[in-house]
Amino acid sequence: MRDLCLLSVGEMLGGMAAGEFTSQDLTQACLARMAALEPQIHAFLFIDADGAVNAARAADARRAAWRMGDDSLPPLLGLPIAVKDVLMVQGMPCTCGSKILEGFIAPYTATPVQRLLDAGVVIVGKTNTDEFAMGSSTENSAYGPTRNPWNTAHVPGGSSGGSAAAVAARMVPAALGTDTGGSVRQPASFCGVSGIKPSYGRVSRYGLVAYGSSLDSVGVLARSAEDAALVFQHMAGQDAMDATSSDLQVPSYTASLPQNLSGLRIGVPKEYFIDGMQPAVEQRVREAIAQMEALGAQVAEISLPYTSYAVPVYYLIAPAEASANLARFDGIRYGPRETGENLLDVYHHTRGGCFGSEVKRRIMLGTYALSAGYYDAYYGQAQKVRTLMKRDYDKAFEIVDVIAAPVAPTTALRFGQHTDDPLAMYLEDVFTLPANLAGVPGLAFPVGFDTAGLPVGMQLMAKPFNEALLFQTARVFQAQTDWHRRMPEQGG
Amino acid sequence: MRLSREEVEHIARLARLDLAEDELTRYQEQLSAILEYAQSLQAVETGKIEPTSSVLPPRSVLRADEPGAVFSAEELFANAPDMQDNQFKVPPVFEGGSDA
Repeated sequence: MRDLCLLSVGEMLGGMAAGEFTSQDLTQACLARMAALEPQIHAFLFIDADGAVNAARAADARRAAWRMGDDSLPPLLGLPIAVKDVLMVQGMPCTCGSKILEGFIAPYTATPVQRLLDAGVVIVGKTNTDEFAMGSSTENSAYGPTRNPWNTAHVPGGSSGGSAAAVAARMVPAALGTDTGGSVRQPASFCGVSGIKPSYGRVSRYGLVAYGSSLDSVGVLARSAEDAALVFQHMAGQDAMDATSSDLQVPSYTASLPQNLSGLRIGVPKEYFIDGMQPAVEQRVREAIAQMEALGAQVAEISLPYTSYAVPVYYLIAPAEASANLARFDGIRYGPRETGENLLDVYHHTRGGCFGSEVKRRIMLGTYALSAGYYDAYYGQAQKVRTLMKRDYDKAFEIVDVIAAPVAPTTALRFGQHTDDPLAMYLEDVFTLPANLAGVPGLAFPVGFDTAGLPVGMQLMAKPFNEALLFQTARVFQAQTDWHRRMPEQGG
Repeated sequence: MRLSREEVEHIARLARLDLAEDELTRYQEQLSAILEYAQSLQAVETGKIEPTSSVLPPRSVLRADEPGAVFSAEELFANAPDMQDNQFKVPPVFEGGSDA
């Protein structure tokens, strides 16, 4: 029998519809592959084998009833997926990669996850993440890092590194991720998979444990733009439980494809090709842009002059929001509690003892940026420069349809490369932060490899709420290329 | 931009974080370096620029004030580290004995 894990989302859904295999076959195949590869990869913090098998059996029963003429069929019925451990799934643990939520069982399900459950998916487990999604490597997970399936001496990226590695190793066809400053796109790039970071407001954040509330977005990682679109279609849309979710209608993300990119205007920002970036990254990205030009796109160099301020703006705004959001973790209502003489002691000991070093660093930074006497100079000024950065994008999208750029200055880093130098680690995020600050959607996908055989990714960005154009452009590119079909030997 | 030891201790108190000596030393170094780097923002002319707190235009989101589904006390206390009689149990808030 063929290896069901290697099929695309479309092939999986088609195979089940045609009666070639069942959701139980598919789910068992995923669970078997997870069991075989997890000792090397550690993509998961929780695997719900029994729950997944039961859900698959229920999906198969529903399909059988439908064949007998019963009811309509949910569009993703029986499809196994994984969920990043910052999104709640009722009855499953939700640790956010932190000791401060060790043992926490989610009392309700996040809206994007619920919508996918309503669409029929089977959840196999929760994927590893940097603690509270703060990091770019999964090295900040309190439960140990995930390893890159292409080379286990390298990080998978982060913070959605567990989801990216699980998809790259073909353990699951798709996995949910979140992106506050690049946490879907950068691990997608490091692991050679495709990942969508939606516009701010396109997907409900209800049930996502908040990090930076004005920046957080929920996306999906999959092996191709088409696979990602098939899943993303059922996550997007307004939700009464998130007042920032947009009431704009959700278009079809899997509409029929044009033959080429004729008429598409692609802008290439000169600020995204900087001194010190890995030459192979620039080469692969420029080759991909040239290929898009050969497919009919018009390519022009553009300028986004405030790009270089993305790191200081983000690393003041996001920690400021995080310092407020993470105030709720105090050992009173959930999570472990450290002992203390009085209530204040309990707060200090629990937070000091259970938060990891990067989370404490960002809470400290944010607390300082918001404190009396420094608010205007740090947080206030960062918010004003954010306005200028957003204007950069508004202006660019008057003359181009999409912006094409590298996702990160390098391919996957080795473990420990920046652990003693947080500023150096933050600087690696320079190409992904602007999309979050401006609220625009971004889609990352593989465009080749470096000399060491590690994947290189590129990202496309578009006007807010134009995810459809990103999916379409990447699908045309992927119809002509096979980078997204390459898979690591580790998972082979 | 160089944070003093006292400033770092003050921030930790504001943030309700009990930090070890070596953590205070490390954060003093690292936060100083990060804030030094962030000084580049001071050079940006932002005189008449409005701050962005959300990329979405402000809008009012209202709904009818009707009760919806609620969690049971049992569900909400399921994750509590300490509870008694359907209440969260905590150590004394005020010092000075039980006559307060």
